Amino acid sequence: MTTTPVLPTAGAAVQPRGGPLTGAGALAKLALRRDRIMLPAWLYVVIIGVSSNAYAFVKLYQTTSDRAALVASGESNPALLFLYGRLNGDSVGSLTAWRYGVWGALFAALMSVFLVVRHTRGDEEAGRLELIGSARVGRQAPLVSAIAVAAGANVVLTAVLCLVLPLLGLPVAGSAALSLAIGTCGLAFTGVSVTAAQLTAGARSARGLAIGVLGVAFLARAVGDAAGANGPSWLTWVLPLGWTEMVRPFAGERWWVLALPLALFAAGSWLAFALAARRDHGAGLFPDRPGRPGAPAALRGPFALAVRLQWGSLAGWAAGFAVTWAVSGAAGKGIAQLVGTSGALKEEFTRLGGQSAIVNAYLSALMLLAGIVAAAYGVSAVLRLHAEETAGRADPVLAGSVGRVRWGLSHVLVAVGGTAVLLVVAGVATGLGYGLSVAGAGGETARMLGAAIAQLPAALVIVGVAALAAGALPDACVAVGWTAVGLAVLLNIFGQALQLSHWVLDVSPFTHAPRLPGGTADVAALAWLCVIGVALCALGLAALRRRDIG
Amino acid sequence: MGNAIEATGLVKRFGKTTALDGLDLTVRTGEVHAFLGPNGAGKTTTIRILLGLLRKDAGKVALLGGDPWRDATALHGRLAYVPGDVTLWPSLTGGEIIDLLARLRGDGVELARRKELIERFDLDPSKKARAYSKGNRQKVALIAALASDAELLIFDEPTAGLDPLMEAAFRDCVNSERRGGRTVLLSSHILAEAEALADRVTIIRAGRAVETGTLAEMRHLTRTTLDAELAEPVAIDAVPGVHDAVIEGSRLRCEVDNAVLNEVLRRLTAAGVRTLTCRPPTLEELFLRHYADQSQDAERVRVTPAP
Repeated sequence: MTTTPVLPTAGAAVQPRGGPLTGAGALAKLALRRDRIMLPAWLYVVIIGVSSNAYAFVKLYQTTSDRAALVASGESNPALLFLYGRLNGDSVGSLTAWRYGVWGALFAALMSVFLVVRHTRGDEEAGRLELIGSARVGRQAPLVSAIAVAAGANVVLTAVLCLVLPLLGLPVAGSAALSLAIGTCGLAFTGVSVTAAQLTAGARSARGLAIGVLGVAFLARAVGDAAGANGPSWLTWVLPLGWTEMVRPFAGERWWVLALPLALFAAGSWLAFALAARRDHGAGLFPDRPGRPGAPAALRGPFALAVRLQWGSLAGWAAGFAVTWAVSGAAGKGIAQLVGTSGALKEEFTRLGGQSAIVNAYLSALMLLAGIVAAAYGVSAVLRLHAEETAGRADPVLAGSVGRVRWGLSHVLVAVGGTAVLLVVAGVATGLGYGLSVAGAGGETARMLGAAIAQLPAALVIVGVAALAAGALPDACVAVGWTAVGLAVLLNIFGQALQLSHWVLDVSPFTHAPRLPGGTADVAALAWLCVIGVALCALGLAALRRRDIG
Repeated sequence: MGNAIEATGLVKRFGKTTALDGLDLTVRTGEVHAFLGPNGAGKTTTIRILLGLLRKDAGKVALLGGDPWRDATALHGRLAYVPGDVTLWPSLTGGEIIDLLARLRGDGVELARRKELIERFDLDPSKKARAYSKGNRQKVALIAALASDAELLIFDEPTAGLDPLMEAAFRDCVNSERRGGRTVLLSSHILAEAEALADRVTIIRAGRAVETGTLAEMRHLTRTTLDAELAEPVAIDAVPGVHDAVIEGSRLRCEVDNAVLNEVLRRLTAAGVRTLTCRPPTLEELFLRHYADQSQDAERVRVTPAP
């Protein structure tokens, strides 16, 4: 290969006589052209995210004594184990791999899901693949080009990280292992999403399915890691994000583990080709059943329509929340037991604040995560406004006797209400999961419900940012909304370890949300967050009134 | 009440491009008004301003006596709209969407009328919208509009995608709406459709109305096509106002400005007429002339600098 990042299969797929792959090269070029902003942005975010944090770690934690506190908490604090994974070794490299390995892999996987679905089911649903399929293009060419683009992106990601991390002063072998662990996770989810795109009839549900698998993968490894030696630690071995840890970068690399994600990539791609060869264009695995010939009495007005349109996705999110936070809550029991067994750990825990403090720290980390993920749902639900508008489906509603504010508000309400529902689900599920395992389900459920709802005002601010963007900056609203979520992740999940100044951390609304259970709730701060969130939504709706639609 | 739609000097710019450049449009209450122009002339932009979806940059516009931007919600209860490119919610069925659109306008749908239209347009209302073809999506929007009791119907290229049978059904429906006293604004580039349905026509080009009036008025301004078999050849092409004359022996075919029609007929009868067909120009011919003129203008502009 040359030094410039050339996609391996792109040029090679063009065959003179016209096989099933004819035109794949041209399609891959088209995909790269369409993604000329999105793809570099994704690569930039993942590469800069991992390497800038690695740089900060190298600077901040030079000596063993600098690292001691972080290493101690990394080895024993279940909340950290849950969020980041297991810490292997005590070198700077180990710390970097611990903090950013799983999350880097998570983002590489998200990038792959979005890329693949956009160029397969997304184009098919929009009718663009039909036009392409009528040209001299092989049956499997769109699939091949989508896989090639996503695989190429992960290859570039791996290669750049491989070059950058040693330059920051990390060992070469470990850097290579970490980069490969992240890149192969992206490849594994290329395989997952390419199959998901064959199963569902819509791009939205294909993305949902693939991201659902990603959620399960995160959960499996999180529970496996946090459960301790006596718990189900084998769970970490089951799915891709856990494999990223099991490569053990900077701590006796286990290179053979890289074969697991590669095998998943190969299996997923093979399955997708097999499914694609069997189904009709535009069809999913299950044919559409006929529906009602008339609308139910309740479907009368923009709010009912917004609920109807968003109901399915909210139900999916809620189911995911219920399982994730119930299982995570139940894992809290293992933590309580862990404290009792090991003398050395006991000492460490006492230093951190004793058993109840440790369990509370774990539970409040779960609630923070619930808040941020619920905010992500809220952003996706608010952005439905923009999707409806660009697809031309806002016109028939607004050409009815429906004001713009009412139309906009209907989706904002669904987004805010859905975010609240998800937080309630997370609180109840955690409370039941933890409470049933330690006895005291009633009290724990009430406590965790309160802790979860305390995250709502902060999530409301993030949703408000997206609502303001959808009203005032329709062209940029997708980027603005997701940047807000990304900033919350960056500041509240990685911010403290990076020793960022309080001024920077204060930007995120989640910095001002109470750390419950265990902390104290600052009512004034919560009220301010509510006021800001509502004001942002109102500004967005006001802006929507003043501009051109479509 | 006078005019359902009254727009003067409408201007709309999108960045550097000017979509509407001082457009005038008057639609009288109770008439079927055809709004004709090629793709990109500004028909849809005009309609979107009338619906209050876009904000005008200059000019005056009144819709059903109100301001389409300020009073949008109230006015929309009195009109029904069929967009040119109908996109529907893929997970809802056609029947659900018909009912929903009626309810969004503020009134329910009359069941008998709904049923009749669904049969007339041969639509399966229990299918999910994602399974509909372009024509079927169009039918959903048409049925929803026609089943309403709106005073004003706005159709943006309504028959694009319909088969000829459905096109005929659409024409029948519009004709019966006219008899029912409803006002219709019909944007189209299908001239036969406008010719069959419209009381008055506005032709728009590059964001300006270039001609407006009844078809009869427009034809008055233009030419008549003559096809004659004569006893002896006549050198008719020498007469000013005669165009495109083709003389093949005793057969003559030409287009004549209406101003000189009398003179031409006098000369023909002098020569002895065996057969004669005279017909007004089709809208097609009117239209072609407008755009032919435009391209000739453009050519002239290009040629002028050369001596």
